[in-house]
Amino acid sequence: MEQKFLDQLKETLEIEDRDIALTDTFRDYDEWDSLALLSVIAMIDEEYDVVIESNNLQKLQTVGDIYNYVTSQK
Amino acid sequence: MALLQFNNVGITGMSAAVPKNVVDNYNYTEHFDKESVKEIVDKVGIKERRFTDSDTCSSDLCFAAAEKLISDMNIDKEEIDLLVFVSQTPDYRMPATSVILQDRLGLSKNTAAFDLNLGCSAFVYGLSVVYGLMQTGGFRKALLLDGETRSKVYSPKDRKTAFLFGDGGIAAIIEKDEKFGPSYFSLNSDGSKESYIKIDAGGYRNPSTPETLTEKVVDEHGNVRTDEHGYMKGADVFNFVLLEIPGDIKKTLEYSGSDKADIDYFVFHQANSYMNGYLVKKMKIDPDKVPTSIEHFGNTSSVSIPLTIVSQLKDKLEGRKKILLTGFGVGMSWATSIINVNDCYISDLVEI
Repeated sequence: MEQKFLDQLKETLEIEDRDIALTDTFRDYDEWDSLALLSVIAMIDEEYDVVIESNNLQKLQTVGDIYNYVTSQK
Repeated sequence: MALLQFNNVGITGMSAAVPKNVVDNYNYTEHFDKESVKEIVDKVGIKERRFTDSDTCSSDLCFAAAEKLISDMNIDKEEIDLLVFVSQTPDYRMPATSVILQDRLGLSKNTAAFDLNLGCSAFVYGLSVVYGLMQTGGFRKALLLDGETRSKVYSPKDRKTAFLFGDGGIAAIIEKDEKFGPSYFSLNSDGSKESYIKIDAGGYRNPSTPETLTEKVVDEHGNVRTDEHGYMKGADVFNFVLLEIPGDIKKTLEYSGSDKADIDYFVFHQANSYMNGYLVKKMKIDPDKVPTSIEHFGNTSSVSIPLTIVSQLKDKLEGRKKILLTGFGVGMSWATSIINVNDCYISDLVEI
């Protein structure tokens, strides 16, 4: 489940040259910008049927925080 | 719950006017490097837009569209006794632009004229108001005008909005006729999200001062605008659309007793291709039924739905068609309608 989420996020952010981990601070990714944010919102809606509002997203720091948020909303 | 049904009122003709001046979005601004401009433009799917010059207003675009339509349809101006002008970029704070247009178009003093101030949802809201008034039987022909000069609203130095918006104006003639049958509307609002898309200053809450006209850096990305420029929180708007729009479309379909398969065309507000593409996929709508005009005109706010009809469906509206329209945006405000069109006349696009 965790690995599937990591793979989906990696694909969404078009990260090709490395692996990502739940402990990563996603805002530090070179690929992270306001357009990437839209793609992540869409991916989470599509794959998990969860709408993550940006004031909630703002409180999250790591990839694991997003994962925990999504699974807690299921 | 604002669900409405009207009977035997419909659009008999439509026209649109856009500025001649085409802006190539890939080369729009020197404020950002080429690579990031390309990334933004590709994602939002807006290749070009139309910008007016500084002397041209929304009302001028609507005036040109209306004159073309009235002439093409050979309409007796004496028969137009309702004029509604939809816009958030009017000529003046007062009087209402619709009243000025009554005189400019040479319509009778017996014409009821007023403005409707909403954004991306406004064409659908405007239709509902006109349909309701027409159904009273007190009017012969209604002229619905909808114009925007959004190019004047946003800062070219704010990458969150600089590449999205364009200008246009449309005209629609609305009449009573039994051939139209029933039409259905869902109208909604959520003012708790007023800050998602907004111009903070220049109204009466925060009047215009030298300070509100001063450019400043507004975020960590170095975007620059004044308090009298519009701004948009894109991710919040996207969330809002995901939360509200599929449900509103479903609700309106259920209310009308029809199914997605019964709809000939779904005309969405042209916000950006990424979002609309996602909506279509999420709702499992046949993409062939979803016309788009955004790559040519950008986001023209309330004008985008009728501009898409005029520019993309001109030769596809013969006979009877059932069309679903959905507008959503600033307010937040959103509205969906299911209307029948029956041999609707569409003028050639006017460029001024």
